[in-house]
Amino acid sequence: MNPFAAVGRVVLAFFAETGRIALFTAMALRHCVSPPLYLRLLARQIMVVGYYSLPVVGLTALFTGMVLALQIYIGSSRFNAESAVATIVVIGLTRELGPVLSGLMVAGRVASAMAAEIGTMRVTEQIDALTTLSTNPFKYLVVPRLIATTLALPLLVLIADIIGVMGGYLVGIHKLGFNAGSYLHNTFEFLKALDVVSGLVKATVFGFLIALMGCYHGFHSKGGAQGVGKATTDAVVSASILILVANYFVTELFFAQ
Amino acid sequence: MSAPPKIAVAGVHKRFGKKIVLDGVDLEVARGQSLVIIGGSGTGKSVLLKCILGLIRPDSGSIKVDGTETVGMSASDREQVMRKFGMLFQGSALFDSLKVWENVAFGLIQGRKMERARARDIAIEKLGQVGLGPEVGELSPAELSGGMQKRVALARAIATEPEIIFFDEPTTGLDPITADVINDLIVACVKRLGATTLSITHDMASARKIADRIAMIYKGRIIWQGPVADIDRSGNDYVDQFIHGRAEGPIKMDVLKP
Repeated sequence: MNPFAAVGRVVLAFFAETGRIALFTAMALRHCVSPPLYLRLLARQIMVVGYYSLPVVGLTALFTGMVLALQIYIGSSRFNAESAVATIVVIGLTRELGPVLSGLMVAGRVASAMAAEIGTMRVTEQIDALTTLSTNPFKYLVVPRLIATTLALPLLVLIADIIGVMGGYLVGIHKLGFNAGSYLHNTFEFLKALDVVSGLVKATVFGFLIALMGCYHGFHSKGGAQGVGKATTDAVVSASILILVANYFVTELFFAQ
Repeated sequence: MSAPPKIAVAGVHKRFGKKIVLDGVDLEVARGQSLVIIGGSGTGKSVLLKCILGLIRPDSGSIKVDGTETVGMSASDREQVMRKFGMLFQGSALFDSLKVWENVAFGLIQGRKMERARARDIAIEKLGQVGLGPEVGELSPAELSGGMQKRVALARAIATEPEIIFFDEPTTGLDPITADVINDLIVACVKRLGATTLSITHDMASARKIADRIAMIYKGRIIWQGPVADIDRSGNDYVDQFIHGRAEGPIKMDVLKP
């Protein structure tokens, strides 16, 4: 086999996919800003994406905050800087771990479900049926999911931040012997609004990416059960990778000189 | 001059990659007529239907609905044209997240912005026309048998009282008796609406029952068409082979002989 042909095929496939995603995004955004907006569906999606993700995001944040406090205590005790535990926990959570871990968990939960549901609708011709019933499938399926996830993820992350700090607090007080008052004082002493805001901006971007990947791969799935399975996997993998990539660039945007 | 045909397809080509699916299809359906396209699997029947519906864009050719060109039409104009259409999908394509009555009323509520209570009454009435009681309306599509799903799909297709109805393999996967019931319902519903219909099928019993005219598609072209009464004396070997279901004949299936 010709190695140039093999490389070329991969490169062409990559650009074709990038182009398709760009077109899909443009189309989705255009439908987001033009009426009608299906409010019932939007509310349902906010319920599915936001409310039902609370347990998984909450547990993730709780244990992340707990382990963070433990590890930072061990590390900082080597140079007698134990008092920094509370500060580092809260900054680490709000800036990075809250949005990224919540994003990844929601990607696993939501992007997969979206890709599976829309993908099944595609292979059973339900999306074509929408069109024949004078309903735009973008407006009916994509727009509510996109808006719901983009709105819900920052709220989830805000809750995750709080639960994560609480996890750190519990470990700090009951395991590491900190004084409750001084732990809380240290938590808020050096926290800046920008730490939290940058995390919430990240969450907004991640939410958009999660729904976009879920809908895109569902919409373009083909070939029965196997195709839907592949779409589901692709949605989760691509959403997770895009979250990590976007995380770097948003961080740079906020904190680079 | 007579009125323009309801649907006029001329020189439509479509290929997917190297595979030519439609190779210059010419077809006309007169107002109020029921045309059935017959042909084997993979001959381009479904693609042709989806081209007319605008779900697939043909590579070249012209598709006119009521004399209006629809190829290359803007999305908003197409939505207006789509209001004339109803379609019964091969696998029924019912929305499984919605109740049966919501499925039937979907085009009224979402497409026509009708209030739910009124749309529901119409949905129950349409379910009655396909022989289903109002209690079925509260079920979810997954709770229904294949034949009942087809009936619901038929009720959904006629709920907006479209001028043109497409039937994609309406009897595939049903037992012969249920299939005949569906055929009778299709004929009755179409007659009541006075709609123009275009169906694709490979079930000859169904074709004979619902067709005014029959057209046969083979290798992406219409190779024969005529009134349903002429189908047995078409003088066309391809048609003869197809309607009698013979493995031997001018149509060769790509089967590897052991």
